[in-house]
Amino acid sequence: MEALIYNFFNLEILLKVHPLLLKGFWMTLQLCLLVVPLGIAGGLVVAVAYSFHVRWLNWLLIAYVDFFRSFPPLVLLILVFYGLPFIGLEVPSLIAVLIAFLLNTASYYGEIFRAGIESIGRGQREAARSTGLTGLQTMVYVVLPQAVRNVLPDLISNTLEVIKFTALASVVALPELLRMGRVAQGLTYNPTPLIAVALIYLALLWPIVRLLSRLERRTMAKR
Amino acid sequence: MTAPLPMLDLKGVRKSFGAIEALKGIDLSVARQELVFIIGPSGSGKSTLLRCCNRLEEPTAGQVLFDGVDILSPGIDINETRRHIGMVFQSFNLYPHLTALGNVTLALRRVLKLPRDDANERGRAALDEVGLAERAHAWPNELSGGQQQRVAIARALALEPKVMLFDEPTSALDPELVGSVLDVMRAMRESGMTMLVVSHEMGFAREAADRVLFMDEGEVVEEGAPARIFEAPAHARTREFLRRVTGH
Amino acid sequence: MNRIAENFFDLAVMAKYLPSIIDGVWVTIHLAVLIVLSGLALGFVLAVVRAFQIRPVNWLIVLVVDVFRALPPIVIMIVFYFALPFVGISMSGFVVAWLSLTLVLASFAEEIFWTGILSVDRGQWEAARSTGLGFLQTLRDVVLPQAVRLTIPPLTNRTIVITKSTAIASVVAVQEILTQASAAQAFSANTTPLTMAAIAYLIIFFPLVVLSRWVESRFGWKR
Repeated sequence: MEALIYNFFNLEILLKVHPLLLKGFWMTLQLCLLVVPLGIAGGLVVAVAYSFHVRWLNWLLIAYVDFFRSFPPLVLLILVFYGLPFIGLEVPSLIAVLIAFLLNTASYYGEIFRAGIESIGRGQREAARSTGLTGLQTMVYVVLPQAVRNVLPDLISNTLEVIKFTALASVVALPELLRMGRVAQGLTYNPTPLIAVALIYLALLWPIVRLLSRLERRTMAKR
Repeated sequence: MTAPLPMLDLKGVRKSFGAIEALKGIDLSVARQELVFIIGPSGSGKSTLLRCCNRLEEPTAGQVLFDGVDILSPGIDINETRRHIGMVFQSFNLYPHLTALGNVTLALRRVLKLPRDDANERGRAALDEVGLAERAHAWPNELSGGQQQRVAIARALALEPKVMLFDEPTSALDPELVGSVLDVMRAMRESGMTMLVVSHEMGFAREAADRVLFMDEGEVVEEGAPARIFEAPAHARTREFLRRVTGH
Repeated sequence: MNRIAENFFDLAVMAKYLPSIIDGVWVTIHLAVLIVLSGLALGFVLAVVRAFQIRPVNWLIVLVVDVFRALPPIVIMIVFYFALPFVGISMSGFVVAWLSLTLVLASFAEEIFWTGILSVDRGQWEAARSTGLGFLQTLRDVVLPQAVRLTIPPLTNRTIVITKSTAIASVVAVQEILTQASAAQAFSANTTPLTMAAIAYLIIFFPLVVLSRWVESRFGWKR
């Protein structure tokens, strides 16, 4: 018991390293605030492009989506991070991380938005067009609001995954929460910082998990 | 000589859902081979009463005697008891992943532990009784509502129950399909089945029921022979209800 | 263009490191198959136990399931691998990767199975119980066959996502594809091994992603 407290819940250590963890936490927060909106925007572009039903374009989009769904995000991250310099593109590590995550998350968000748009019947489009709305207006004001509502649980679920992905950036030494936790562990030779990192993620993500359980139960019951 | 034992005997049955009292002390005795019909507005507690008879709802108080045995007593094997009490639901509740025959034979195989061949034989016989022998291998979604409800009746009949409970068996059916289900119920009646029926089919009640109960707000307001209830209801509430459902 | 060919598709490097990448492929497949088997089985058992509605047991299940859904897999692996030895629990990297992802998959699977069980209409329970079937018989013969069918599409997607995360096992020194490729990249000072890893992942997962599209259309929610 004492060993457990000393190694996992060591307040002294925590006091010593908390500036590091705080720094990591801000970095993780920044990452999320960049990656989630970027991914959603990318996904919307994919899904709206798909909704025009141009055959060659749709093949291309499905290929893009399935390609990145078959690709572990960590592999993509490492490939982009270590690969870009080899072709002469020296970009800051944050940019490399953002590129990799955008490619990956846009494909997942794209697939979700696509399913949402397809769930809206023709009647809605026809009604909107019959009142003189343009195709794009119909999409923005009539189809998307309903589509988003229909796939809200999937959107939140994917956002949860994206936030969890940001921890992968620690592998390429981006100073986010997990990375700082490991640095702090190395400095103190005590795993308390790692436990603290896990608890911070829990505090951050548990509410989303709870919300999700409720939403999913409601939608599955409806179907 | 003592009077013959009733098939079902409910004494002071009460059921509360939280603060709401759905049944306010019901006494009801159903004799062997009797068809008792329960009518009343929605929310009057008819379905709850029916579901207390096989403990799909647990009564809050009172006694439910089935064939002389108190099925609420702690020592009772409720699954063993339920196979003798058939039930038919408003929404059929056929198992969508099983064929008509599969629906009928599931309990035969799992509760009676019959070998597959025996179960199938008995299942086919039950489907034959409801006129659906040739649809034995159809899936529920390939059957009309009336056919689905007849399969549901066969599912209960196959267990050779001593009493059948019907919970609005025709309410979910298109009007033209109601007749086929009522025909089956009529035939069961003629073969001497004890039946407790919650339904709005007043014509069927008038013609086939031995006794009609009118329930409202968790109580039995009045009961009597169908002709008496329909032609000369004693209670204002009964009159009001009948006026609304028959439309004059 | 030449530069890309040299750094990403160097045939000599490919030939030299192909055997070690293939070794990695077998480790990845081995790990993935074990995770799928144990994760789905554990998730199923937990959902069935939850169906008994024993309060304290259910709270425990929900707690564990929530934690493993909320934490990023990489955080779980790092805590298991770098923190647990301090309290006397040492596991090999392979066991850590297997255990972590098994728990993650089991948690998601439990939630999906449970939602499936809940989505089976109450009338199905009542009809079965009215014919004398017991609780367990009803669960096994009536409810689960319907619930499992409903859960196949979300379960397939989730299983693919989590087996892809075996790439994270590279962080805890499992000799899977990404580890092999990273080592080869370091030795050869060339990105080609990472390209090979990417291709290897595509070969393994692309068919699964295509399969999941088929499953979605075949077992979709409509009955």
